[in-house]
Amino acid sequence: MTEYVTTSYDVNGEPMTVAHPPHHTLLEVLREGCDLTGTKHGCELGECGACAVLVDGEPQLSCLVLALEVAGASIETVEGLGSGDGLHPLQQAFADLGAAQCGYCTPGILMTAKALLDRKPTPGRPDIQEALSGSLCRCTGYIKILEAVEWASARAAGDLDARPAHESLYGQDAGGRRD
Amino acid sequence: MTDTPKRNVIGKPFRRVDGVAKVTGRTVFADDMLLPRLVHLKLVRSSVPHARIRSIDTEAAAALDGVIHFVHGADMPNTFGILPVSQDEHALAVDKVRFVGDPVLGVVALTEDAAEEAARLVRVEYEPLDTIASVDDALAEDRDVIHDYADDGNIHKKISMEFGDVEGGFEASDLVLEDTAFYEGNTHLPIEQHACTAVPEGDGRITLWSATQTPHYVHRALTRVLEIPASRIRVIACPNGGGFGGKSDPFNHEIVAAKAALQLGRPVKICLTREEVFYCHRGRHPVLMKLKTGFRKDGAIVAQHLQTALDGGAFGSYGVASTYYTGALQTVTYKVPRYRFDGLRAFTNKPPCGPKRGHGTPQPRFGLEIQLDKAAHALGIDPVDIRLNHLQPKDSVTANWLRIGTMGLGECLEKVRDGSGWTERYGRLPEGRGLGVACSSYLCGAGLPIYWNHMPHTGVQLKLDRSGCVAVFCGETEIGQGSDSVLAACVAEVLGIDLLDIRLCVGDTDLTPVDLGSYSSRVTLMMGNAAIQAAERARDMIAKAAGERLEVPAARLVFADRRVFDASDPGKGLDFADAVQAAEVMFGTLGTTGSYTPPRSPGRYRGAGVGPSPAYSYSACVVEVDVDPMTGLYTVPKVWIAHDVGRSLNPALVMGQVEGSIYMGLGEAMMEESAFRRLPPKRSDALVHKFPSMLEYKSPTFQDMPEVVTYIVEDPDPNGPFGAKEVGQGPLLPVMPAVCNAIFDAVGVRVDQVPAHPQMILKALDEKSRGGPGRFGPRRFPEVDFGEPLRVPTPEEGGDGKAVNAEAAGVRGGTMKENPEGARS
Repeated sequence: MTEYVTTSYDVNGEPMTVAHPPHHTLLEVLREGCDLTGTKHGCELGECGACAVLVDGEPQLSCLVLALEVAGASIETVEGLGSGDGLHPLQQAFADLGAAQCGYCTPGILMTAKALLDRKPTPGRPDIQEALSGSLCRCTGYIKILEAVEWASARAAGDLDARPAHESLYGQDAGGRRD
Repeated sequence: MTDTPKRNVIGKPFRRVDGVAKVTGRTVFADDMLLPRLVHLKLVRSSVPHARIRSIDTEAAAALDGVIHFVHGADMPNTFGILPVSQDEHALAVDKVRFVGDPVLGVVALTEDAAEEAARLVRVEYEPLDTIASVDDALAEDRDVIHDYADDGNIHKKISMEFGDVEGGFEASDLVLEDTAFYEGNTHLPIEQHACTAVPEGDGRITLWSATQTPHYVHRALTRVLEIPASRIRVIACPNGGGFGGKSDPFNHEIVAAKAALQLGRPVKICLTREEVFYCHRGRHPVLMKLKTGFRKDGAIVAQHLQTALDGGAFGSYGVASTYYTGALQTVTYKVPRYRFDGLRAFTNKPPCGPKRGHGTPQPRFGLEIQLDKAAHALGIDPVDIRLNHLQPKDSVTANWLRIGTMGLGECLEKVRDGSGWTERYGRLPEGRGLGVACSSYLCGAGLPIYWNHMPHTGVQLKLDRSGCVAVFCGETEIGQGSDSVLAACVAEVLGIDLLDIRLCVGDTDLTPVDLGSYSSRVTLMMGNAAIQAAERARDMIAKAAGERLEVPAARLVFADRRVFDASDPGKGLDFADAVQAAEVMFGTLGTTGSYTPPRSPGRYRGAGVGPSPAYSYSACVVEVDVDPMTGLYTVPKVWIAHDVGRSLNPALVMGQVEGSIYMGLGEAMMEESAFRRLPPKRSDALVHKFPSMLEYKSPTFQDMPEVVTYIVEDPDPNGPFGAKEVGQGPLLPVMPAVCNAIFDAVGVRVDQVPAHPQMILKALDEKSRGGPGRFGPRRFPEVDFGEPLRVPTPEEGGDGKAVNAEAAGVRGGTMKENPEGARS
C-alpha cells in the first residue's frame, strides 16, 4: 500500500490538513486534497505556468513543488484572490477586457500578476512582461493580459476612473461608434 | 414591430458572460470533475510506428495494488472517425498499430498513480511492418500499407479538378511563375490537456463530460463503438481550455473511458499527459506545394495551377476535407478566372494530422501570397497594388463556384497600407528592416454538414420564466472564443434584457438542440442567426400579450432596458417579467425555437461541398521585421492587421480574437513545428516527436509578442447575425506570408518555407552572395499522376456548376465503401 504523510498549510487564510503520498506535488494536493481545482495544470513539468500559486507571497509553479517541502507555508490560490463576492482589481480587469478567453491559463497568470503588484504596485510594461514570461497563453496573444494588469494597477493605485484605451477595445480608427 | 432605436448589447465591449467564472477559478473544466467512486484510466500506447500486435501481457500490471480493470481492443471492434468517409480508427488497436502513440490497451486503477505505473508494466510484443515516414515513402511501391481503403497504396486521397482552360491561360499570360513552397506541420498546444469523465447511470445510460469542441460527433462515435442507442448516451462538452481545432475529433480516450465506466459501473476519468496531447495531435498538415500562376502585365491573374501534397499521419481524421481545403479558398480574394487544383494526402506512420485554426488554407495561402510578392517585383508593381487592383468582386461567383457576398478586403488593404506608412517606407527602410504584406479570407462556417443531411446545422431553444429569466439552450461549445457571450448577447438584444437575465445551457446532447460544434468559424454566424430567430419568436408572443394588456399595437412596442413599452409613449409599458407573465396567461408555458441552415451553394461537382460558406471574412496584414544579416536572427517589432468582420458583436472579444490570431500566426511563421526524428532500425525505426514538451515546442511568450495595430472593418453581411462574420481564424492566415515577404524587403532573399528559421535566411544570403538567386525552400514536387481532372466550366464560361466529364474522371477512392453517407457527392 502507498504510504501517506500528513501536511498542514494555511490556504487562502484557512487551515488545511491533507493526507497524501509523499511524492505528490503541491498542485496535486491543492486540486485533489483540498478540492481547490481553480489551480490548473498544463504540463506538470514547469513549462507552462498554469499552476502558479503564491507560497508565502512568492509565485511558485505548484507542479514543481513537493507538497512536503512547503508544509506550514501560507498558500494563496485564485479562489482566495477576491474577497467574498468582490473581485480583486486584477480579476475585474481580466474579466472586462477579455484577458481571459478560454480562462485556463488565467489563474496562474492572475496569481503571478498579484505577486508583481504586491511587490511593485505600478510596474512598467517590461516589468509585467518579465514577471509573466513563465506563463504561456494560447488564446489572447498576451496583449489584453498586459493591458489588464496595467488597468488593475491603476485602479489599485486609486485611479478608479482609469479605463483601457479606446483602441484596445474597438481597434484603431474606430472613431465615434454608431452605438 | 419597431426596431429598437439603438443597440443595447450588440456592438458594445460588454464583459463576457463567463468572465467572472474564469477569473475566480469557478469554471469547471473536464479535469475539474470530482466524483464519488471515481477511478482512473490510463492508455498504453504503441512504442513502435507500424506493426502487428503479437501479444499483450498484463500479468505484472494486474498484480499491482489498486489495478482493477483492463479494456482491450477486442471489446470494441467497431471503428470510428470524424468523417463518414474515413471511419478508420479503433478505440484501442485491434490487430495493428499505426504510429508511436497509437492506443493499445486501457488500464483502470483506484488512483491515477497506480494506473500510470500499471500502464508502464504492460508488455506488448510487436511484429514490425514498413515504416512510412514521408509523402515520398507513401508514393513508393511495394511497401506495407497503413490502411486498406486508401485511394492508391498509402495515398489516402487524390483530387484533381479544373475550372476553365488553365493551359490556355498560361499561354495568354505575360508572366508565368512556378514556385514550390513548404509549410511545416504544427500543433494547437491548448494549455488544457484533453480530459474526460464518464459516468454510468446504472440503467444502461451513460454521460460523458469531455473537453471537446464537437459533442455532437463524440455522441455519434460513442453510439457506433459502444453499440448502444444514441438516446442512452449523453455527451456534455465542458468549457474547453483552448481548442484551436485540437479537440474537434472524437478521441480514443473518450470512448475507452465510456466503455470502462459501463463495464465497471462507476465513474472513470482520464486526463492526458502533455506528451500524449502531442501524440494525439490532429494538428496542421505539413504541406509541400507547387504553384504555377500566369499574370497579365498589370498583375491580374490569368490562370493558376496549384498542387498540394499533405503528410496526413496515420489516420483519416478530417484529412479528406483538409485536402480539399488546400485548394478551395485560393479564388476568393483575388480574381482567378481559370483554376486547376491537384491535391493528395498521404498516410504516414506519424500522429494523425487534422484541423488547426485555418484548416488546410494557411498552407496554400502562404504559397499564393509569397508568389504574389514575387510577381509584383517581376512586374514592377507595388505589392499592395497588385492585390488591391484585382480583388474578387463582392456579390460574385468564383471560378470554382463559391458565392461571395460582402467583401471588405479593399478597405482592409487600405487601412494597413496607410497605417504602416507603406507607401513611404516599403523598399526604403535601412538594410535589415523590411515590410511585408499579405491578405486572406476565411469561411463563416461550412455550407455543408460533415454528415450530409437536410437538417439545420444549429438550433436554439428558449424557455421564458415568470421571473423574467430566459433560459437559452444550444449545443454550442465554449472553447474560449466567446460563443456563450454571443449566444446570450443575441437573445438579450432582441428581448431588450440584461445579460444577467439569461441562463445558458450549452453543449449537452440530451438537453440542448444540436449545434454541430465549434469548428470552421461557424458558431457566431449560424448559432447567432438561430438565437435571433428564437428570440424574435418569443418577442412576437410577448408583444402580442403585452400589446393587448397595454392597449397598444404590438408593432409599436419596444423591447429595451428590461421593459416592453410604447415607442411613442415610453412611460406606457410593462417590466419584462410582467410582459412574460402576460404572455404565459395568453399562450401557456412559454418556449420558442430557432434554427439555421446555410443557403445552398451553386457548385454541383464532386468536391463542391468544401469551400462554400454563407459569408467570407477578409484580412490584410503588414508585418515589419528587423533582420540581422550576420546571424539571420530576426524579430517582428510591429504588425498592422485589418479584419473585415462584417459587424462586431462585441468589439473587445473581436480584438481578442484578432490579437490571438496574430500571435498564433507569428508562432507558425517563426518557430512552431511538429518535427519528427527517426530512431535507428534496431530501435524500431520509430518516428518520434523531436519536441513533445511545451518547453521544446517553441511558441511565442510574453516577451516575443510585438505591438499590434488592429483595424476592425465593418460592412454588415446580410447573412450574418446583425451582419457579423467570423473573426476566430481569418486574421491568422496572412501573418506567415507577410513575415516572409518582409524578410525579402529587409535582406533581399526569399524564404519559401515556414517556420522561417534564421539559418534559412543565412543560407539564402550565402547563396545570393555567391551569385545564386538567394532563396531557401523546397526545389521539387513529387511526380504524381493525378489522372484526368474533373472539368467544371466556370460561371464566366456559362457553366452550370456541374462537371462535364464526371464519368471519365471517375469516382476516386479514399472513400470507405461501407458508408453510404460518405459515398454521396
